[in-house]
Amino acid sequence: MLYRENGQFKTSYRDDQQVFPIRQDRIAIWALLAFAVVGVPLLADEYAFRAILIPFLILSLAALGLNILVGYCGQVSLGTGAFMAVGAYAAYNFMVRIDGMPLLAAILLGGLCATVVGVLFGIPSLRIKGLYLAVATLAAQFFVDWAFLRISWFTNNSSSGSVSVSGLSLFGLPIASPLEKYLFCLAVLVLFAWMAKNLVRSHIGREWMAIRDMDVAAAVIGIRPVYAKLTAFAVSSFFVGVAGALWGFVHLGSWEPAAFSIDRSFQLLFMIIIGGLGSVMGSFFGAAFIVVLPIFLNQALPAFGSLVGVEISTAGVAHAELMIFGALIVFFLIVEPHGLARLWSTAKEKLRLWPFPH
Amino acid sequence: MKFKTIALAALLAAAGASALFSSAALAQAKVQFFPSLTGRTGPVAPNATPFANGYADYMKLVNTRGGINGVQTLVEECETAYATDRGVECYERLKGKHGGATVFQPLSTGITFALTEKIPADKIPMITSGYGRSDSADGGVFKWNFPLIGHYWVAGDTVLQHIAKTQGGWDKLKGKKIAVVFHDSPFGKELLPILQERSQMHGFDLQLLPVPAPGVEQKAIWLQIRQQRPDFVVMQTWGVMTATAIKEAVATGYPREKMFGTWWSGAEPDLRDIGAAAKGYSAVMMQHGAEPQSTVVKDILDKVHGKGQGTGPKDEVGQTLYMRGVVGAMLAVEGVRAAQERYGKGKVMTGEQARWGYENLDLTQPKLDALGFKGVMRPVSTSCADHMGSAWARVHTWDGAKFTWSSDWLQADDQIIKPLVKNSAEKYAAEKKLARRAPSDCQS
Repeated sequence: MLYRENGQFKTSYRDDQQVFPIRQDRIAIWALLAFAVVGVPLLADEYAFRAILIPFLILSLAALGLNILVGYCGQVSLGTGAFMAVGAYAAYNFMVRIDGMPLLAAILLGGLCATVVGVLFGIPSLRIKGLYLAVATLAAQFFVDWAFLRISWFTNNSSSGSVSVSGLSLFGLPIASPLEKYLFCLAVLVLFAWMAKNLVRSHIGREWMAIRDMDVAAAVIGIRPVYAKLTAFAVSSFFVGVAGALWGFVHLGSWEPAAFSIDRSFQLLFMIIIGGLGSVMGSFFGAAFIVVLPIFLNQALPAFGSLVGVEISTAGVAHAELMIFGALIVFFLIVEPHGLARLWSTAKEKLRLWPFPH
Repeated sequence: MKFKTIALAALLAAAGASALFSSAALAQAKVQFFPSLTGRTGPVAPNATPFANGYADYMKLVNTRGGINGVQTLVEECETAYATDRGVECYERLKGKHGGATVFQPLSTGITFALTEKIPADKIPMITSGYGRSDSADGGVFKWNFPLIGHYWVAGDTVLQHIAKTQGGWDKLKGKKIAVVFHDSPFGKELLPILQERSQMHGFDLQLLPVPAPGVEQKAIWLQIRQQRPDFVVMQTWGVMTATAIKEAVATGYPREKMFGTWWSGAEPDLRDIGAAAKGYSAVMMQHGAEPQSTVVKDILDKVHGKGQGTGPKDEVGQTLYMRGVVGAMLAVEGVRAAQERYGKGKVMTGEQARWGYENLDLTQPKLDALGFKGVMRPVSTSCADHMGSAWARVHTWDGAKFTWSSDWLQADDQIIKPLVKNSAEKYAAEKKLARRAPSDCQS
């Protein structure tokens, strides 16, 4: 009823090429942004910021980056954790070694370093495809884990191999309180999401998708696979590297290579599979599902238990959390194999036709 | 249909959320809240579970003994599964509950590193007995960290002292080869500086053998040990890793008598399954070991387990890691008691006030004996400069079924450890652009 585009005529190419061509979508996204900037700070407490919102924003960014590579370009990667680590450690080194390095510059330079490493490990993708490529990118994960554990220069010769940063500030404004951190991450994420959305709608995004759908056919119509695949690796690793730097700097504050282990790579891959491959929206859904749900279950189960008069032990909750989480993943993949983003678009489709579905 | 199911799921989720908030809003009594970050699942579950049980049981014992000058204690657990990000989430979840957390004991070096950055802002102290940052013993830089009763460098130094003693002095170690099997993470690497320092002083060779987490893949390393035949093996292992290492040692025929664990590498869960084959394996214990005969254990069995209030299996009460939980809880409680002396008896202490208590802890032998720790511990006394309080350790050896003491009390060498701690703390302060605490700050 409300969600109907009747009467919205497009009289110029500009109108037709907007990020959100439907007016209701535009209103919704502005409302959502306004809520995120104004509403959330009023409603959320410190716990919500630090434990839920900030990790959600940062991992959304990483998932978005990975989605460009896997979802749009079809190159399966298991090296996401590694690229995050490169971003984090590179940014750390810029920060410690260069006096007066601005935070934002360090993070972006960290992203650039991740880009270089990403392109380097993307080169095999020209010859290897599918699952074999996944195994090849696994090499990146192991190599980077090894490098940051063994080469003490990267960790500024810290005896324990753990590094930390503090006293973050942006243009003279401190980034210390949870709210400031949240707004900083939100600003970065919005900017990058907007970039990603525009990239995938442009010629380069169409090249990626052509390569994903059938690389031989794409090459025949004049798309250079080398260029398309390596740009996908570059853009994806840049996003992921920036996310890694944020994860280390803003969320953890102190980290070791284990923070970017193979588990992180799998976690991000699951995010985009559950959220929806080849969808910007899906990255957000996936991140929300994987970040928020376990924490929610962990807290809701004892509460539920006390409602029905059962006291569940700490270990019991942890086990139940894993079981329910696993069951929900299976459930969603059966109900909608194309991810939560597809559910979302189906819902929108139904709304547009409501009340006369056909 | 599909949407109906999903709508139903959403409804259930909303119900769960509302249940969550209603339980959080329960009335808050006057209690001293001790959060407990547990590792009851995950790679260290066999070892971290007894710790959590001991921690919880001792707090219950304190309540039956009348609380801390009348203030009852409360423990709430949060499961980290030894993962740093979950640990940080747990910290954020618990720090404000029940009137505010008194002190955190994360039982994970990774979580300790992450929390070290957060606690000064939240004004909550953290006790990391035997783990975490060794340099945090320097209270001048680390105002909120308390590696009470020892840290990795104390363990490393005392284990080497013990080896030297069995050989008849430090000079006998010259030219010997010592292999170090360690967890490839901050937890493992933290041990190395002291070993390297000692190896330079006394001229023995160190062979560093890192094992990737979680440590169940050690075949290659033990083959290397078999090839190179080091004179001794020092193990910095934790959780499933210790049992794996000893099994591999048995398989490769490396004598257990020449294997020495640090504080985290010698407890019953590691050796129970191997039994007699592990006979002769030793580990250094800071202060306590397995103490089934101590008064505090008898009290717990009588007043907590006897009333059906016990946490975990009864036969584990008094074992090494259970005792570590008990000692950890005792230190947490006694710090609050010390703080009450200053800020008012019978009052609930805030984290900031409790911090003063931990910094001015003075547990004399009569006090410890009165608490039931006779024979378990030696006196602990902290100050503004020294956040560790004691550097005593003993070595215990597995006889095939249980641990028995095999050394006298050893004390880590201050002459070596103090400069190491100071240098490392200075480096941390320089990196963070922190100023050393002024002497006037010690009074606050």
